Amino acid sequence: MEANPKFKSQLLSADEVRRALTRIAHEVVERNKGTQGLCFVGIHTRGITLARRLVEIIRSFEGVTPPMGILDITLYRDDLSEIGLQPKVRETRIPFDLHGKAVVLVDDVLFTGRTARAALDALIDQGRPSRIYLAVLVDRGHRELPIRADFVGKNLPTSKTEVVKVHTLEDDGEDSVELWEH
Amino acid sequence: MTVTPDTSAAAPTPRSLLDFQGWSRAQLESLFETSKMMQEVLARPVKKVPALTGFTVATVFFEASTRTRLSFELAARRMSADVLSFSAATSSISKGETYKDTLLTLDAMGVDAYVIRVDAAGVCHQAERWLGKPIINAGDGWRAHPTQALLDAFTLLEALGSLEGKKIAIVGDILHSRVARSNAELLPRLGAEVVACGPATLLPGTLPGVQLSTDLKTGLTDADAVMVLRLQNERMDKGLLPSLPEYIAGYQVTQERLDWAKPGAPLLHPGPMNRDVELEGPLADSSRSLVERQVANGQAIRMAVLYHLLVGKKPRGES
Repeated sequence: MEANPKFKSQLLSADEVRRALTRIAHEVVERNKGTQGLCFVGIHTRGITLARRLVEIIRSFEGVTPPMGILDITLYRDDLSEIGLQPKVRETRIPFDLHGKAVVLVDDVLFTGRTARAALDALIDQGRPSRIYLAVLVDRGHRELPIRADFVGKNLPTSKTEVVKVHTLEDDGEDSVELWEH
Repeated sequence: MTVTPDTSAAAPTPRSLLDFQGWSRAQLESLFETSKMMQEVLARPVKKVPALTGFTVATVFFEASTRTRLSFELAARRMSADVLSFSAATSSISKGETYKDTLLTLDAMGVDAYVIRVDAAGVCHQAERWLGKPIINAGDGWRAHPTQALLDAFTLLEALGSLEGKKIAIVGDILHSRVARSNAELLPRLGAEVVACGPATLLPGTLPGVQLSTDLKTGLTDADAVMVLRLQNERMDKGLLPSLPEYIAGYQVTQERLDWAKPGAPLLHPGPMNRDVELEGPLADSSRSLVERQVANGQAIRMAVLYHLLVGKKPRGES
């Protein structure tokens, strides 16, 4: 087991998280030329919270509530036969037809790209969207796959031994992004 | 990717599912949680996930059974495992090969887990020692049929919400039933009170944790759910029952007798059913019957069992 991580610094405050999400919401609507066919799918756990926020922000300035689903990527992980641990399978619920939709996949941190790869496979098994965007609050680099985000709250160069922790009001009692060291 | 360890079941999952020994209530509840997630997979247009890519699951049926074998094979394929299918009727067992030699021959082909059905109790335990790999007991003699009990319990949980303090009546040939024995082991562990009911010649001397009764009214009164077992015709041939009409007169579950149970109490049957023998025909098609739910849930349960026994292991890693 790894040693307990140590707190290093705060990367984003609650206000900075709020501004980043507001900007992403506007960029999404601008890129999609409106809310037509737009929907959101959040990846467990913080991605779901962030997707809900984006939907709410879009509702506040467009007066339209894009549909939203939740996605668990456990059954699509590429390390299930390696980890020695058995991750809990969590709920996937996409209560609308993905066919022809513009899907914004939402996660908290983009790191190796392996979660995004698994999420793309999981989504495509459920239908054929017209396109899939990736939105993340933090891009911390160190990609192991050819994957990039379309919407990024903040690019944060990190070392591989560092840990980026995203906290949300709903899941953790406050909005913040912190850097920890192993 | 970050791993969310499953902390709901602190102890490691047992290597095999031979019966419920070694399975804690928390582990069983975690298995039911996974089964719910598998139901969502089964509701998709594409009912397949890549979780067990690279694994090979062998279904080894020394005793004939089509439906259980198909259910296991479909479950394994829906998890993307490769399936090796062996049945005694077409095999070398009929030429005199032993269980052990048959299993070791299959093992040389690179199998990661075995689903075994056999008419002799204990062969699955032996197989685990011979092979050192996860074994899922798909029915061994009269002893155990754990995935059937799991799908029964899961179906009951869907219908009743919780099994805590619920009275479940099992009616029919208890003595020869591995389904009854596995349910008798599982349901009390989930908080249920189980009453097994049938003619004296078809009841075992004792069944730990279960109340036995030869009186159908005692068994059904205030039951929250009723599980009806198949009556096999060879029981009559062996002189255990005087006649079919006599069994029907005393033990057939009819609309009238079902009124002894709680209002709306659901009916379960593991199949295959002898209509108008153990169960009045129209009841099998009524809204009380959960038989189709049982079959559908069997898929989800078997996918979940494969997930819990195989994920976290390397394909062809241990031998």
